[in-house]
Amino acid sequence: MTQDAIPALPEYNDSALDQAFAALAKQATDEAAAVGSPDDLEAFRLRWVGRKQGRLNDVSARWLKGAPAEAKKSVGERFKALKDLVEGLLDRAAGAGPSDAALAAEAIDITLPGTRRLTGAEHPITRTLNEIVSVFAALGYSVGVGPEVETDFYNFESMNFPPGHPARDTQDTLVIANQERRPLRDRLLLRTHTSPVQMRTMEQQAPPVRIVIPGKVHRNDAMDATHSPIFHQVEGLCVDTNITFSDLKGTLDHAMKALFGSSVKTRFFPSFFPFTEPSADVQISCIFCGGKGCRKCKHSGWIELLGCGMVDPAVFAFAQEKQPAYDPKKISGFAFGMGVERIAMMKYGISEIGQFYAGDMRFLNQFV
Amino acid sequence: MKILTKWLRTYLPNLSVDDSQLAEDLTLRGIAVEGIFSLGPGNGSLYEMDITTNRVDAMNHYGIAREAATIYGVELKALDIALPAAQPSATAFSVKIEAEDACGRFTARVLRDITIGPSRDWFAGAQVSTYFGLLEQKQISNAVDATNFAWLAMGQPTHAFDLDKIQGGIIVRRARKGEKLKTLDGMDRILDADDLVVADHVKALGLAGVMGGWDTMITPETKNVLVEAAWFEPMAVRRTARRHGLHTDASHRFERGADFNAAPVASAIVSRILLANGGQIEGDFVDVRVTSWEARTSHRPAITLALSEVHRLLGKTVDKEGINASTVEAFLTGLGCQLSAAPAQAPSWQVILPSWRLDLQREIDLIEEVARVYGYNRFANTLPAFGEGVKALPWAEAESVTRRTLLAAGFHEAISSTFCSNGEAALTAPTPGQIVPLGNPLSEEAGVMRPSLVPGLLNSVAGNLNRDVADVRLFELGTVFSGTTERVEERPALAFAAAGNLPSQSSLHSGRAIEFYDLKGVVEQVLARYQVRDTYFDRFPSDSGLTPAWLHPYRCARVAADGLTIGWFGELHPAEATARKIKDAVLIGEIYIDRLYRLPLRKPAAREISRFQPVRRDFSLVLDRNIPWEWIDKSLASLQIPELVDWRAAEVFRDAKLGANDYSLLVSTTFQAPDRTLREEELQSFQSRVVDAVSKAGARLRT
Repeated sequence: MTQDAIPALPEYNDSALDQAFAALAKQATDEAAAVGSPDDLEAFRLRWVGRKQGRLNDVSARWLKGAPAEAKKSVGERFKALKDLVEGLLDRAAGAGPSDAALAAEAIDITLPGTRRLTGAEHPITRTLNEIVSVFAALGYSVGVGPEVETDFYNFESMNFPPGHPARDTQDTLVIANQERRPLRDRLLLRTHTSPVQMRTMEQQAPPVRIVIPGKVHRNDAMDATHSPIFHQVEGLCVDTNITFSDLKGTLDHAMKALFGSSVKTRFFPSFFPFTEPSADVQISCIFCGGKGCRKCKHSGWIELLGCGMVDPAVFAFAQEKQPAYDPKKISGFAFGMGVERIAMMKYGISEIGQFYAGDMRFLNQFV
Repeated sequence: MKILTKWLRTYLPNLSVDDSQLAEDLTLRGIAVEGIFSLGPGNGSLYEMDITTNRVDAMNHYGIAREAATIYGVELKALDIALPAAQPSATAFSVKIEAEDACGRFTARVLRDITIGPSRDWFAGAQVSTYFGLLEQKQISNAVDATNFAWLAMGQPTHAFDLDKIQGGIIVRRARKGEKLKTLDGMDRILDADDLVVADHVKALGLAGVMGGWDTMITPETKNVLVEAAWFEPMAVRRTARRHGLHTDASHRFERGADFNAAPVASAIVSRILLANGGQIEGDFVDVRVTSWEARTSHRPAITLALSEVHRLLGKTVDKEGINASTVEAFLTGLGCQLSAAPAQAPSWQVILPSWRLDLQREIDLIEEVARVYGYNRFANTLPAFGEGVKALPWAEAESVTRRTLLAAGFHEAISSTFCSNGEAALTAPTPGQIVPLGNPLSEEAGVMRPSLVPGLLNSVAGNLNRDVADVRLFELGTVFSGTTERVEERPALAFAAAGNLPSQSSLHSGRAIEFYDLKGVVEQVLARYQVRDTYFDRFPSDSGLTPAWLHPYRCARVAADGLTIGWFGELHPAEATARKIKDAVLIGEIYIDRLYRLPLRKPAAREISRFQPVRRDFSLVLDRNIPWEWIDKSLASLQIPELVDWRAAEVFRDAKLGANDYSLLVSTTFQAPDRTLREEELQSFQSRVVDAVSKAGARLRT
């Protein structure tokens, strides 16, 4: 300490004072920079501003008090500046916490992987169903649902598939056991499409109707890459006065743009469904190549995506049995249906339909 | 179906578009050309067609030519077949339609001195060998080729009999029960009384509209031929074909409605081809018609079509002029309709429908034809006005909240099969004896409707473990089925399963195996989303028959909410694990979510948060091993100390020093007042009340 003690000042001229104070300022700054722990900090504080042996006290006692009257003012100004500097250093050192060296000792490997909380993945089918439903919700469609085990009446007859009609052949049907003795229209089967919910809704509700029907359906089909005995559909129904074929086109064109992007185009082809007339198949411009033609669209530039049409008056006639307001001369409507698996396979690049139902964690992980 | 443009163009002399344009224009009108294959210079193209089942009339060359003629407004040549004059016959060939409900028309033509062999080309532009060559259709003999040609040209099934094997004449009748018939495929068939047959005066010769008979088939020795062209009723043909497991070109057409007026033309085509090899026609063309069927096919009453209805249903077009009266007239006339102005409200028409379009019956059918020929893509895209509110399903929010809770807990959503085996159903059905079997299941493993989501989820878990995916967390929200084959009930259910380690393993810490309490936590989290007054977990004696058989009887719990069973969960029964070759511990549970859906969702409500210091006090207790936490929990709850804001089981441990019958429990309590700092005396009093309460529950303080 003695060699470090504040020496007496030989002279009180400005340059001598500047030199002496600058040396102390440098000393304080250097020592402050070396502070690395709460103990260091305390030592620094005691050394410079301690009441008993603090260096500032020494400076005050030796240089300021010992100064000749004419130099008191210039020493006082310089002392004040040194004191401010030391207090500033002290504040900064207190706020700065441990020294860089101390912190360096605590270095970690930030390239190790982060610890992730696993969150569950919504099933891609649920996700796609919800997307489709919300597009139509924004167009004013409420959600409708119906049973998966249906009667022949709702699944076929009321959808204008008369008993024995060849159109029934296109939908291989799984049936509940022991139905043979029951009247045909009461026989229980697994619905082959979500269309029966159209009839169930119309029976409950007079027009106007706007519903979108997400649901599971079943067919007696063996599983292969693109077919499954279990799949999902979203059906839509809009009935009101003055609903036209051009409204159907505009609605689906809007919905496809909302689902697949605003640059997607639609085109409509005549088709056949017993419950709609006119009936149409809808194609969208290929979402992979933008319509130029690629493997995914079989080089046609178009992808077939859904079926639709104007509600057949025969279907309204069945609805009229319970709701006379479905008079096909006064109201009209359209219906549409799409396969959810097909859309999800396209959107997410899934090649095997069976993956949807296997509950394979590795498959589902991709949808988190 | 394959179509030759070379053949098509013989019917369309003024068609100027090329094959690819024709294909596109047909496709846009619903006559879909799926593929075009060029056949080389002068041979045109081959179209691979995909035509919807309602358009059987267009599944042949002439039918497609008619579509093209309508689209372009060009001439369609009539199918006129010139036949040589017939030799007179002493007696007309006898044809009788006995089954008038099932056969509307039967025509017969007798051809004498026919040479059976390769068919010789006949009239210019329609050579059998050229067309068959391009179609890669094998030429067999003039008799077979002739009927095939008539089929490909106009879609009318015909049949040629060896006349000399027919005894007496033709009778179209129902089969006699047990009657025998060997059909052309060589099968000996025993007939049903509902089968429709073409018979002679002795026996059945063929299944009408489905397949001819063996005994009367044409052979190289055949000299005299009877050509049949007929119209059979769709349902009668369909029933016969189905009963015998047959699906032929003929049955396909008749089932969907053939052209009542096509028989004479088709018969002429067949006769013309056979006569190219020599021979002559004998006697008059026999044509027996049933008036009632004629009235329902070729002489149907006219229907009214109003232009205003066309506009009401079809809406706006892209082109300003849109669809007007002359468009409608041109399209429908082209398709074979006859239009006359209806006096009522103009513009409207009385429309006589063509015999080949039995699918056209109503005004809407004609409107569809107008839209189709006009082109769907020429209609504008408009959006209908809307004035109603959107209603959500009553349980939509509850389902969404439940799903989000499970997703947040780290469970992936699965969708598994709707079906399971009878054994799986018996194991997992919440109500025994309520299993619904399928009549035509895909397999035995999928023989019944699932009564529970557990079988499907278990299969998924086993699948993952088999694939060496050890960490599994799955849930399913799906429908389960119960009831009888008369009445099936559907309920929503929730199931979840887990195996392996908790997934939050960092590179520096190993995970721990998932356990019962993890699953219980998930159940609690789900329940916490609903307004439940009282939730509890219990289990029943293993011999009570009340515990689901798929659960470990001592490591499972029933969940009850407000006195109602909400579900079960726990460890998979070791026997079930072994049966599925699962070695890992599997936790699984099912919640009868429909019961939760009936409860209102919990609505969050904020409370003032105390600004005053909470005080923690720990109590180290020793308990008999038969005393569950629940007793301690309840004893603390019963104190009803408002300042006792939280308590929990902080640690459970067993120690040899305590003996086998005791265990130690660290209970951590927190005291806090909303309005003041708690004083030491208060805390002392609370502490002694806590000690009293837990002592009454059977615990003693550890010393």
